[in-house]
Amino acid sequence: MTGKATTIGVLAVQGDYEAHSAAFAELGMATCPVKTVEDLAGVTALVMPGGESTAMLRLLKRSGLDASLREFVRKQPVFATCAGCILLARQVLHPEQESFAALDVTVERNAYGRQNESAICMVETTLPGGDLEAVFIRAPRIQQMGPSVEALAWRDGFPVLVRQGGILAATFHPELASDRRIHQLFLQMVETNLQQNTSNFRA
Amino acid sequence: MSKENGNHLQSGLRLKVGLAEMLKGGVIMDVMNVEQARIAEEAGAVAVMALERVPAMIRAEGGVARMANPKLIKEIMGAVTIPVMAKARIGHFAEAQVLQHLGVDFIDESEVLTPADEAHHIDKHAFTTPFVCGARNLGEALRRIAEGAAMIRTKGEAGTGDVVHAVQHMRQITKELRQVTVAREEELYHMAKEHGAPYELVRLVAKTGKLPVPNFSAGGIATPADAALMMQLGAETVFVGSGIFMKERATPLDVEHNAKEREEAVSRARAIVIATTHFNDPKIVAEASEQVTGTMKGLAAAAIEERDQLQTRGW
Repeated sequence: MTGKATTIGVLAVQGDYEAHSAAFAELGMATCPVKTVEDLAGVTALVMPGGESTAMLRLLKRSGLDASLREFVRKQPVFATCAGCILLARQVLHPEQESFAALDVTVERNAYGRQNESAICMVETTLPGGDLEAVFIRAPRIQQMGPSVEALAWRDGFPVLVRQGGILAATFHPELASDRRIHQLFLQMVETNLQQNTSNFRA
Repeated sequence: MSKENGNHLQSGLRLKVGLAEMLKGGVIMDVMNVEQARIAEEAGAVAVMALERVPAMIRAEGGVARMANPKLIKEIMGAVTIPVMAKARIGHFAEAQVLQHLGVDFIDESEVLTPADEAHHIDKHAFTTPFVCGARNLGEALRRIAEGAAMIRTKGEAGTGDVVHAVQHMRQITKELRQVTVAREEELYHMAKEHGAPYELVRLVAKTGKLPVPNFSAGGIATPADAALMMQLGAETVFVGSGIFMKERATPLDVEHNAKEREEAVSRARAIVIATTHFNDPKIVAEASEQVTGTMKGLAAAAIEERDQLQTRGW
């Protein structure tokens, strides 16, 4: 497991942050909520949960957390799901929306439709252990990704789980399923980051 | 928590509860037109409830309150990217069918509208669209969950701007939840009978200590401090109905033509959103409260005759 120097924060301005905390707790990893600039200064890795990306964006701006977050996501390991993935994307469509542009992907919001089109599917993945159950809720879709981004799972040919340096992002909600492979993977990434702890970690 | 809320549930219910999970820690605002919906989204609301009259107007004007006109709902759905909810009358499954057809993201089977059935609520399992229902106590919450509700909100007394009943209902539910968790196995059968709730659900909450679906709060929340109060009492999100866009009892702020009144609505909406996120931080709640340039006048809930209460609707 990860060493003592690791503190995983879960961005808790809005969304299903408790589900992420519970998922990490199952793996024996405690997390702490991040709502302010001070909270963020105390963590070494961050989870950006599902929720409403527009609401999160407004709240982050008003609290001044957006500036420190913009810096954090370029340096430290980050695990983002659904709305979190939208916030990290280089470009957001449908409609266009501001983002931190730390992950080289173009995402389309609510790409599958509204809640009635939400779905639970088995998706193909390169993670050991076979297909993954993925919970898509008013989900975005990754339309394009840059060469430094690696896809780890797909739905209908579109990437739904991607990794770029210290960033792991899903368009679905691993925190709402019982398969913990993705949270486990992030813990490994955090551990690797801790060991390397070099400035060239993020290519 | 994710476990109780999802993994053993059938996939349809998991998706419904999943959306409710996404709305946690946020504010859901009642809106009556496109401009209000835009203000709500801009202020950071996680969802809007599209309706023709907010509860304060329904209370003042009387008459039969029904599902909003589909035209209005579609306009609002087209104007914002956040989830859109709409209300159906208690037991009026045909209104709910219409709302599902329109593609709203959540249906509120609401006591704020005039009930259509004096005995039966909607069979919510029959729908793809998730439902939220009001409750005043544990039994009522579990009956709604048994019928398929994916979210519970305390009823409070809608349209008053008086938080007293929202507090009462939240305290009642959390107290009864605590009582169930310390009961002996054989006492749960009796408790199920007392609460008028299915034994299986009583047994489930006895184990987990919380409702199997998210528990939000509604009915009388009008200020940032009200929102912070309800969050500290255990609400996972707050609904604000009349508190943002109303001026006098039955007069909404004119957000379409009057810049000053628009600014007042914006200030209230923003402040309540900030206070809901930072409910544990009095300094931030104080700063948010300071930015508010007016609060709905309101109506003391104690002055309302029992027969005029909205919360007693639903069974």
